[in-house]
Amino acid sequence: MKILGKIFMVLSFIFLYAPLIVMVVFSFNSTRSTSVMKGLSFEWYKNLFANEQIMNALSNTLTLAILSSVIAVVLGTVATVGLYYLKNKLLKRSLNALTNIPMMNPDIVTGFSMMLLFTFIAGIIGAKSALGFHTMLIAHITFSLPYVILNIKPSLDSTDIFLQDAARDLGCNRLQAFFKVILPSIRSGIISGFIMAFTLSLDDFVITYFTAGTDFQTLPLYIYSMKRGIKPNIYALYSIIFISVLVLLFLSNYFKSKSIKQKKKEILL
Amino acid sequence: MSSFKQKLLNAPYAFWSFVFVAIPLLMVVYYTFTDKGGAFTFENLKILLDKKYISVFAYSIWYAFLATVICLVIAYPLSYIISKMKSVFQDTLMVLIMLPMWINLLIVTFSWKEILSNNGIINSLFEAIGIGKVEMLGTSFAVVLGMVYCFLPFMILPILSSMQKLDKSLIEASEDLGATKINVIKRVIVPLTLPGVISGITMVFVPSISTFYISQKLGNGMIILIGDLIERQFSVSANYNVGAAISLVMMILILISVAVMNRFADDNDKGGA
Repeated sequence: MKILGKIFMVLSFIFLYAPLIVMVVFSFNSTRSTSVMKGLSFEWYKNLFANEQIMNALSNTLTLAILSSVIAVVLGTVATVGLYYLKNKLLKRSLNALTNIPMMNPDIVTGFSMMLLFTFIAGIIGAKSALGFHTMLIAHITFSLPYVILNIKPSLDSTDIFLQDAARDLGCNRLQAFFKVILPSIRSGIISGFIMAFTLSLDDFVITYFTAGTDFQTLPLYIYSMKRGIKPNIYALYSIIFISVLVLLFLSNYFKSKSIKQKKKEILL
Repeated sequence: MSSFKQKLLNAPYAFWSFVFVAIPLLMVVYYTFTDKGGAFTFENLKILLDKKYISVFAYSIWYAFLATVICLVIAYPLSYIISKMKSVFQDTLMVLIMLPMWINLLIVTFSWKEILSNNGIINSLFEAIGIGKVEMLGTSFAVVLGMVYCFLPFMILPILSSMQKLDKSLIEASEDLGATKINVIKRVIVPLTLPGVISGITMVFVPSISTFYISQKLGNGMIILIGDLIERQFSVSANYNVGAAISLVMMILILISVAVMNRFADDNDKGGA
């Protein structure tokens, strides 16, 4: 039984990693093919950094991700704090329901429905093209917001609200109390919300596809537009991402378990 | 805090989510029931009663259902095995499960296309053993495999986290009270991990039924899903009204299917108790 379980686990992980291994292996191919290995080379890595279209798409993707996640975090932090203090039950419930919609709805509906809104507005004001960078930015902020709120809410819930009263008693005004007491205590939630919004934006294809204009191409859009198939240079780019994430995840895991061990030690002592 | 200040703090988000979440959904309804000129019509929905569309809807539900069941069959025992390991291994394996999620789905789907293609790895292996080439791209097998691959982590993670939260003393208690291994699984572990299963089901079924690039890349255009229909109304025929009608029908189908599947999971729970 135990051996069967181990075999099952190994098979599952082979399944999970098969396409990633193919990706990494073929990024080193010496020919253009992504199905037949001819020889090893770093050619596609050189090609990647020399390829203007990919580099342009990469910088577009990063610009969009940074801009949308920063705005989503600011808006989301205010929203979470606002929702926390909101007394009106009906308003609170409907805002929470609206927050859940982008997470529950399939991406294609989120993207398509926003595209309809943008087209409708463009029709009213008589704009030439409905879609462009601004619509992508709006879309990315919209689908990131629920995840930002979801990340901040638990840390706000566990904050002692009397701390704020204490700060007020000691002479802070409301704004000072917020920046000196509430904000530091929800910092970890804000950071994880930002990371989540950032990665969601980097990775999103479907919603971007429906809200993108022709003037601003992100990496996933570029990959989708390669109808004749992906070249190994894209594999090279994602192999670099893959290895960096691998290292980052294991490092953060290592430090987390180390700090847990330290805490356990402190408690024991 | 005064009620005015409360409202002021909530105003930006309330405005944002009303304009960019609520109104777009109303737009879907508006476009569904109007024609290109803006006049009221049922035509967009009537078109969908055509056999062609009905079969696409039925197949989409079926493939998404298959993908969800297969994900569950892989994820549940896997999470069980992982949750029984030492916590150091658990953390490492968790990282290994999350890692593939960082690579864009378009890339891994394309990579699968290469693996399954006629001169890909699997077919070369088949040739070497003497089975001969098996055409896999363009079949429902390839599409369902793509769905399972892309959304499997979304099934594993909620189930694994509910397994990890499970109070081990409950299992010991039931063993002490004489429950057999199968009974422990059936009466203790399964009911207590059900919330994870239910959220996993939704997280696999919804993206599976609405995907279009998996069917485009692995189905070679032979397999058409609801997502493809919507995508074509957007990119090929620019008929937003029919696209909206398909989206509306899909949302309703998802609501019904998820409700039925959750009901089924609940019933199973009651049957075990």
